[in-house]
Amino acid sequence: MVGILEDKDRIFTNLYGLHDWGLEGARARGVWNGTTEMLAQTPEWICDQIKASGLRGRGGAGFATGLKWTFMPRQLSERPHYLVVNADESEPGTCKDREIMRNDPHRLIEGCLVASYAIRAHDCFIYIRGEYVFERERLEAALIEAAAARLIGKDNVHGWDCNIRVTHGGGAYICGDEMALLESLEGKKGQPRLKPPFPAGAGVYGCPTTVNNVESIAVTPEILRRGAEWFVGFGRPKNSGTKLMSASGHVNRPCVVEEAMSIPLRQLIDDHFGGVRGGWGNLKAVIPGGSSVRMIPAEEAEVALMDFDDLAARKSGLGTAAMIVMDKDCDIVAAIARLSYFYKHESCGQCTPCREGTGWMWRIMERMVTGEAEPKEIDMLLDVASQVEGHTICGLGDAAAWPIQGLFRHFRPEIEQRIANYRSRRANVPGVTLIAAE
Amino acid sequence: MPRAKVNGVEIEFEGGMTVLQVAELAGEEIPRFCYHERLSIAGNCRMCLVEVRPGPPKPQASCALPAADGQEILTNSPMVQKARQGVMEFLLINHPLDCPICDQGGECDLQDQSIGYGRDETRYGENKRAVEEKQMGPLIKTVMTRCIQCTRCVRFITEVAGVPDIGLISRGEDVEITTYLGKAVASELSANVIDLCPVGALTSKPYAFNARPWELTKTQSVDVMDALGSAIRIDARGPAVLRILPRTNDAVNEEWISDKTRYACDGLARQRLDRPMVRQDGKLKPATWAEAFAAVAARIKAASPDRIGVIAGDLQDAESMKVALDLFRSLGVASLDCRQDGLTLGQGPRESWLFNSTIEGLEQADVILLVGANPRLEAPVLNARIRKLWLAGKTRIGVIGERADLTYGYDHLGAGPSSIAGLRDDGSDFAAALKAARRPAIIIGQGALTRPDSAAVLAAIAALGAAVGVVREGWNGWNVLHTAAARVAGLDLGFIPAAGGLNAAEMTARGALDVLVLLGADEIDLTGTDAFVVYLGTHGDAGAHRADVILPGAAYTEKNGLYANTEGRVQRGERAVFPKGEAKEDWSILRALSDHLGARLPYDTLEQLRSALFADHPTFGQIDYAPGSTPAALDLAGLGVAGAVAPTPFGSPVKVFHLTNPIARASVTMAECAAVASGLKLAAE
Repeated sequence: MVGILEDKDRIFTNLYGLHDWGLEGARARGVWNGTTEMLAQTPEWICDQIKASGLRGRGGAGFATGLKWTFMPRQLSERPHYLVVNADESEPGTCKDREIMRNDPHRLIEGCLVASYAIRAHDCFIYIRGEYVFERERLEAALIEAAAARLIGKDNVHGWDCNIRVTHGGGAYICGDEMALLESLEGKKGQPRLKPPFPAGAGVYGCPTTVNNVESIAVTPEILRRGAEWFVGFGRPKNSGTKLMSASGHVNRPCVVEEAMSIPLRQLIDDHFGGVRGGWGNLKAVIPGGSSVRMIPAEEAEVALMDFDDLAARKSGLGTAAMIVMDKDCDIVAAIARLSYFYKHESCGQCTPCREGTGWMWRIMERMVTGEAEPKEIDMLLDVASQVEGHTICGLGDAAAWPIQGLFRHFRPEIEQRIANYRSRRANVPGVTLIAAE
Repeated sequence: MPRAKVNGVEIEFEGGMTVLQVAELAGEEIPRFCYHERLSIAGNCRMCLVEVRPGPPKPQASCALPAADGQEILTNSPMVQKARQGVMEFLLINHPLDCPICDQGGECDLQDQSIGYGRDETRYGENKRAVEEKQMGPLIKTVMTRCIQCTRCVRFITEVAGVPDIGLISRGEDVEITTYLGKAVASELSANVIDLCPVGALTSKPYAFNARPWELTKTQSVDVMDALGSAIRIDARGPAVLRILPRTNDAVNEEWISDKTRYACDGLARQRLDRPMVRQDGKLKPATWAEAFAAVAARIKAASPDRIGVIAGDLQDAESMKVALDLFRSLGVASLDCRQDGLTLGQGPRESWLFNSTIEGLEQADVILLVGANPRLEAPVLNARIRKLWLAGKTRIGVIGERADLTYGYDHLGAGPSSIAGLRDDGSDFAAALKAARRPAIIIGQGALTRPDSAAVLAAIAALGAAVGVVREGWNGWNVLHTAAARVAGLDLGFIPAAGGLNAAEMTARGALDVLVLLGADEIDLTGTDAFVVYLGTHGDAGAHRADVILPGAAYTEKNGLYANTEGRVQRGERAVFPKGEAKEDWSILRALSDHLGARLPYDTLEQLRSALFADHPTFGQIDYAPGSTPAALDLAGLGVAGAVAPTPFGSPVKVFHLTNPIARASVTMAECAAVASGLKLAAE
């Protein structure tokens, strides 16, 4: 058997687009089946079911989805409620939501309806990444189909008015932060808002809002259909369910796959991704969740489990579960320097530590790549990273600091060697005389 | 009341306060750059980080975090120190550190706070970022490399000033504050961003490289450029007034001043009358004080009292008007007027010419009707306050008059006086709102009260006001918005024609008078008069050009004087520098003249004069007090004379905002601003 998850337990049965993405095909796969019965229950019941299923947000932070929904006001006031689906999937190495929107859009749409009902919202916005043009077209086509079949929209067959709209972003990574996404959705510049107030108190247009990842929303109807116990059956406690996982980089068959949570990382790579290029022994390090977590070296990857708590204990994180695999041919310092450039480029520039710190870190990293840096700059770089981490409005500052911290946590001797090599090859390294003169 | 602990000290605070405010309540100073009490919270500089328990194990931005009951706030823990030092380092890595050539030096937040949180040496070895200069007009000098992107200027310009002219573009380390296309900031309040800028990115262009703050003598005073009496600080070095800054006065100007208030001060050094002059053979020739007084005394003694007239100008202090009043009344002169523009008000109760709700009290109004007023030009600081009400969404605003861009939305109800009576029963949405208002306010501008048909217009407004209950128990929304700083004091003193006297327009008619005395009166047409003109004033403006004798007086920065603002609030102006050359304080000139006329006035010092003033006019003794806070009943029925109104639309008396008085007209800066505002000149030139 390959992997852990059996085919009968897969939620995304058209992940690879082998079947019809349209309404007929989706219905054949069980989508829109029993939706009316779900909506016949109370919103509280749905929230309780999701809570019982242990579903944690699939966008990266891993906050309990059911709990998030209960933060919405129980009584409707004159301010309407909104559901916002975060489809601004811009994390490096990550393309799981893309497959959902491309090949199983109705699963997302059904999820939007159910989640809207659970949080008492009649309006739902799907904020889709600027570069996802094809996915937007698919999604909009699916929305038209669903509306024509009166599955969503006003006076639909399910008895809960739900207006779903697709908003196309401008292609900025920062708009994947929920607060920046809300700003962008309102037509403003994508700069994260301050918390508090949290979206459940004041989100889009100052109204109670829930922001969820595409995958979190898309799996909810299936959880309700099959029951919370079924979902809890996968993975370790508090890390239950199935999850889309993917690999990029130095594996033989990079792809997106649905697997049970807590699958051993090595098994995932070997069973689904065709193993590391050149064999497991050729593995150097893995960044397990997109790019915004600390990397783990091969020896830890050997025993790591793909879930939130195990990876957090290893000072890394599950993130989006889209791993970046790097073998021994990879210049790991250059790889992290490229990520530093990415964060420098995508910083919104609003708050000081991120605006100034990301550029500084990138510039030092570039010199680390060549070995031009001074040995003492390693500690300085880590100090700068610690000055950025946790001091910013949104999580981008943390995300910029963590890859660097992970690199030096595990591969510091290698970089020190690189600096020493650079110096040994040159009689006069810029800075050496300067230090002597000091 | 909820309680929190700040560094171990328990303190009570009001619900809704932020952690920063609670910490300040406990006496802890929190460093900040982006946070400002009167602007929205941005939370982006990250300098105000504090540790909060219970809470996440990382420092929190105290400016944006609501304080909670039972919270423990630590403002000086090692974590906080480390965080602030980190932020300070980030702010400084791309800052040019050019303090020796920066005008902000000595009053720079970044400089001050780097003492507390800066490192002693830099760790940043890369090239620093350079940012292109931006054009922001003739007032704001930019050195954008110094900018720390706190966005205070953006927030001020968009929120308070209400024009979308400054913004933050690009992202990451490339963000820039800009005016987009390099046009001048089209706001009468634009220069306040200079005060708001915590670093030297936005500094004062006219004041560039003039002085260091520690060289300046600072004098607290009041402004005379409009009738609000904004609180100002006059910074002078030696005999020169170098700059004017706002002071905080929540009752009047909060902490803003208009560009004219701030930058007309270079006019105090130009076109000045610094010695007495007497016209001989058609030309003004320098003379001694004795010669000038003798020339004046001879003419006045020769003229019969009904052939003598006195007109007081817009910038006069109350004392000099009081002296003039005492002197010329004692000579039997009936023709005295302080209303160069022919204002209809002056008889009747004092409340009829005051801004009765008070400026601060206006914030309680739920409906505001502007009649013949353009507060953006006539009182920009007041306009910002009306915009604040509008932004809060609780106040509805209607306008009868010019359809001008006031920076807020309003219902335009008509252009001329005929719309006033029509509003009472036109069944419109606004009329219904005005009728239903709990605290309606009518702001009557000089544009409505200085017309030939003003008596009828006034009656129509009063009738409307009575119908909607502008004056009611605990509320008086009858608000006259003056444009002249001296006007309310003049009316309070009764500086208006006595029985049989002529008004200002009649006095300047051909053949009306033998002697015309002008107290700084420059806003009136003097081409018609054939009288002997005595001009007591400060600048070589319209009055001085026509004068036969010039008695050089003191400008508002050069004398101690009392001014009553449009609310009737009497405020003290203080002398910052001495009068120019041989010029004297206005009251003492008139007092000396009284000797020459053989009508010696009974006061020798300013204190004696003020005692007499307070005794005769008790309202002047109540310094900084606005009567609006205890509204007296005002009978609106007695105002104006019912009659037919002309169809002419209302127009603002302020045609060119920057050039409304002799000081501003003498100012090079104001001339440049006026040229830019009129489109004759581009900011980028």
